Amino acid sequence: MRKDYKFEKRKYIIGGFILVIALIYAVRLFDLQLNDERYKQSADSNAFLKKTVFPSRGLMYDRNGELVVYNQPAYDVMLIPRDVQPFDTADFCETIHITPAQLRKRFEDMRDKRLNPGYSSYTPQRLITQLSSQDYGRLQEKLYRFPGFFIQKRILRQYNYATAANVLGNLREVSSDDIDRDDYYARGDYTGDLGVERSYEPYLRGVKGVEILIRDARGRIQGRYENGAHDIAPISGRDLKLSLDIKLQQYAESLMAGKRGAVVAIEPKTGEILCLVSSPGYDPRLLVGRPRGENYKKLEQVEGLPLFDRALSGRYPPGSTFKPTQGLILLQEGIITTSTTYPCFHGYVNGGLRVGCHAHGSPLPLKPALQTSCNAYFCWGFKNMIDRRSKYGSPANALEVWKNHLVSMGYGYPLGVDLPHENRGFLPNSKFYSKYYGEGHWSANTIISVSIGQGEILATPLQIANLAATIANRGWFITPHAVKEIQDTVMPDGLLERRRPTIDEKWYHEVAEGMRMAVTGGTCRRAAIPGIDVAGKTGTAQNPHGKDHSAFMGFAPYDDPKIAVAVYVENGGFGAVFGVPIGSLVMEKYLTDSIAPSRKYMEDQMLNTPVFYASKTQRK
Amino acid sequence: MLQRHNENRPSVFAHLDWTTVIIYLLMVIAGVISIYAASYDFDEASMLSFDEFSGKQVRWIGLALMLGFFVLLIDYRVYETYAYPVYLIMLVVLLVTPFLAHDIKGSRSWLTIGSMSLQPAEFAKCATALALAKLFSGYNFVLNAKPVNYVKALAIILLPVLLILLQNETGSALVYLSLFFVLYREGMSGLILFGALMAVVIFVVAVKFTDVMFLGIPEGEFAVLVLVMLIVTGMSFIYQRRFELPRNLFVWFGTMMLAGWLLAGPCAIAIPGRAWMLGTIGIGCVYIVIEALKHHIYKLLIPVGAAIFCIGFMFSVNFAFQKLQPHQQLRILVVLGIEDDLRGAGYNVNQSKIAIGSGGLTGKGFLNGTQTKLKYVPEQHTDFIFCTIGEEEGFLGSIAVVGLYMALILKVIAIAERQPRPFGRVYAYCVASYFIFHFCINIGMVIGLCPVIGIPLPFFSYGGSSLWGFTLLLFILLRIDAARKSYS
Repeated sequence: MRKDYKFEKRKYIIGGFILVIALIYAVRLFDLQLNDERYKQSADSNAFLKKTVFPSRGLMYDRNGELVVYNQPAYDVMLIPRDVQPFDTADFCETIHITPAQLRKRFEDMRDKRLNPGYSSYTPQRLITQLSSQDYGRLQEKLYRFPGFFIQKRILRQYNYATAANVLGNLREVSSDDIDRDDYYARGDYTGDLGVERSYEPYLRGVKGVEILIRDARGRIQGRYENGAHDIAPISGRDLKLSLDIKLQQYAESLMAGKRGAVVAIEPKTGEILCLVSSPGYDPRLLVGRPRGENYKKLEQVEGLPLFDRALSGRYPPGSTFKPTQGLILLQEGIITTSTTYPCFHGYVNGGLRVGCHAHGSPLPLKPALQTSCNAYFCWGFKNMIDRRSKYGSPANALEVWKNHLVSMGYGYPLGVDLPHENRGFLPNSKFYSKYYGEGHWSANTIISVSIGQGEILATPLQIANLAATIANRGWFITPHAVKEIQDTVMPDGLLERRRPTIDEKWYHEVAEGMRMAVTGGTCRRAAIPGIDVAGKTGTAQNPHGKDHSAFMGFAPYDDPKIAVAVYVENGGFGAVFGVPIGSLVMEKYLTDSIAPSRKYMEDQMLNTPVFYASKTQRK
Repeated sequence: MLQRHNENRPSVFAHLDWTTVIIYLLMVIAGVISIYAASYDFDEASMLSFDEFSGKQVRWIGLALMLGFFVLLIDYRVYETYAYPVYLIMLVVLLVTPFLAHDIKGSRSWLTIGSMSLQPAEFAKCATALALAKLFSGYNFVLNAKPVNYVKALAIILLPVLLILLQNETGSALVYLSLFFVLYREGMSGLILFGALMAVVIFVVAVKFTDVMFLGIPEGEFAVLVLVMLIVTGMSFIYQRRFELPRNLFVWFGTMMLAGWLLAGPCAIAIPGRAWMLGTIGIGCVYIVIEALKHHIYKLLIPVGAAIFCIGFMFSVNFAFQKLQPHQQLRILVVLGIEDDLRGAGYNVNQSKIAIGSGGLTGKGFLNGTQTKLKYVPEQHTDFIFCTIGEEEGFLGSIAVVGLYMALILKVIAIAERQPRPFGRVYAYCVASYFIFHFCINIGMVIGLCPVIGIPLPFFSYGGSSLWGFTLLLFILLRIDAARKSYS
């Protein structure tokens, strides 16, 4: 048995091994339990129940101080699963008006770790959200019959007016993306969706408070930690004063009844948006509370896409409302002077190309051309600029100069309005055409239709309204914005600065005069308001979706503009049919707070004339 | 036979190792108290349902003590005689278990007999230990005598491993690997254990330290290569027993490392770190080979082989790592501190570290642990029972438990060494190995030093199978030990 002794020493190695391991573990335990305070703190945070106290969300007033959006309490049914005992489900369902099947579904969803990753049978769970106050009252009385259940108060939005849903926006529950992006949010919180609610979310939401409660080892709440000395009070969200005139918004919406399109009115001196109508609209109250999801789905399917904000996101050919920009560029570039005349023989005829025009005097200079909305004039001007190789070298260079002027006027890029989902429109540059036609294979005549706001160019109603405001100011504008004041703080940077296009002010006076003439004796005669000098420009935009779009852009009073407006009615026909009357009525309503008796017939006409849409809504 | 049995009976309790029995009783009582604390619920309504854990465990303990007593009454030779039949029956039971068992959390390892559920894998440990002991007690059996002896021993160890893996009980299967300690004690080359240890070290170092670069290679790789130099130097001393060779190697490796550091550091010359170090080691190895051939000391080729093994292993670590299942990879990364997945795989470990860490020196007191009471730690009455002790009894309580285990394991090793026959010694070492493995892995995972492998802490964790299995193991050992005097 000598072999046994040969390896006997190995017992020391095995014993030594286990001793070393035990030593390592002892050191580790020492480190965890005596050395490292971090774990103690973690344990503390586990044993404290930090209860969030929600701040009240900022209210919204219109520019005249009318309360538009306010808060309404709502009630969530909460429960701690392990405290729940068998209860009378029929009674419970009847009390809060849900079916047993719905209740079962709610329980399943609550326990589903995928839908509710924070589920634990020891912590409060949200079972049913947004109980009406009646249901809340009934349930509150019977709550003693349902141990483990309790009710948590939440805040819902409510609206005083069934209007401006696109500007005001609404609240939705935060998504997991929101939670990842911003650690302010926790599951079940609300955040602004669309409109001002979305873009001013950081101001509106306020700061959450914390109430620190102590739990004992049993998980029961023992009371407030040090009598609330460490609690943090919530800070209410800031109230907003909107630049909207809610009455004007309502009026403009009513004028757009039965029509698809947009009305945008801006106070030129401040850039404040007075009304921003997208038609068809919807009642913002539809997206409040429990029915939100269902209504949202319905609105997504309604003909005319009410959820699509045409005023900001709709891209339309601007048509003749674009002509003032052309006049300005041509004057600035020295292609024309105020007295340069171009001929019009019922249109522009050049190189086998013909752009039609209606009957008026010929030849004519700029102002009468704006007055009569002469296509030929602006085609000639555009041709003379784009094809002037002596000055620009090539049509491509000339077009870049042309494009840069337009960009400075707010076309082709988002203006930077303080609302989400603003579209940039579309402004073709030379690269675009070179790609399409081939480099050097295009000239003014190839692309002549952009000079009259047709062809490739697309603009949003907001951009058109901004042009009206710029002309009203004779050469500058302030980024349009929907919020006038934020409670106890200043407006975000850059929103109130004057922006100057690359066009001299003096040329704006010329163009403004041409627009004034269009109202006094041109295409915009119906825009005239008794006692107020109005300037305007019609637009009749051809489009691939059927009848022409009816557009108008104008401002008033002429010498001291207080309102600039753009109207766009899809498939409304001539600009004078819908665009001009609606635009002028909006201006009249805002300036005089009434409609002159002589114009009542026009108001009735607008209120009661729908446009029939055969095709699906265009979303371009 | 009967007569002799009667003769031996008084000597069973006279020669019983009471120290071990006391350690056993202390552990079992501490265990049931911990289970009571871990599953204690203050809510009167649900008191009954949770109380069953400790209540049931008390019944398990009662039955376990009866089992232990019964084991002591049986003649010690029975275990040796019936070792193989018991082992074979156990293999059959293990084989049929997955077909009869219900699926519980993905594993099919529980057999239901009447109202009891038992895990055959826990009892297979005992049968395997007996079979291995029986093999080694064969007439003139010397492990190193013939390679076929290794085949036999490995077969006895690995058959239950395979069958338990079929039940999807990876943790229980891994326990059997601890029996390599027994083979080592019985003469298996230490190189194999050393190699396994090195493999673990290299794996951890190479997987963990990949971010920081040193000498143009990842820090982990650098550390492993330096380790290889030390191993080669150390082994060349062990196998040659002369200072000249290891001294030369030491000087060579040191010079090259210093030169590399100087070039890359103060001189700011980008040297190809990997080629530099591999070249250094390669030249060192060539030198050893020349020495080995010159002096005809062929054992000197072992350090060269070790170097090749270590380096090859390191480079294949990433490959091997990719072969693991994603959740296993994640668990390893979490334990190594690379991943910080506190909601997923790291949740258990993080919560259990918080629970233990919050215990402080003396703990929060019995039944006052908020972490374990509020169910932050999952599986706290079974695999994570050590948490409750750590939180409620603090550092002192935890150290006491570690101390109890040390006492038990060292005591079992001492018992093993005093056995007059290989059967008793090998069996005792099997018992010690199982305890070592369970202790290292269970407490290691709870304090975040090992991957989470779901195995219980013997005598503490809730569960009848584990308690009975270990009681059986220990009391058979005590019975065999009590009879050691019969031979002298």
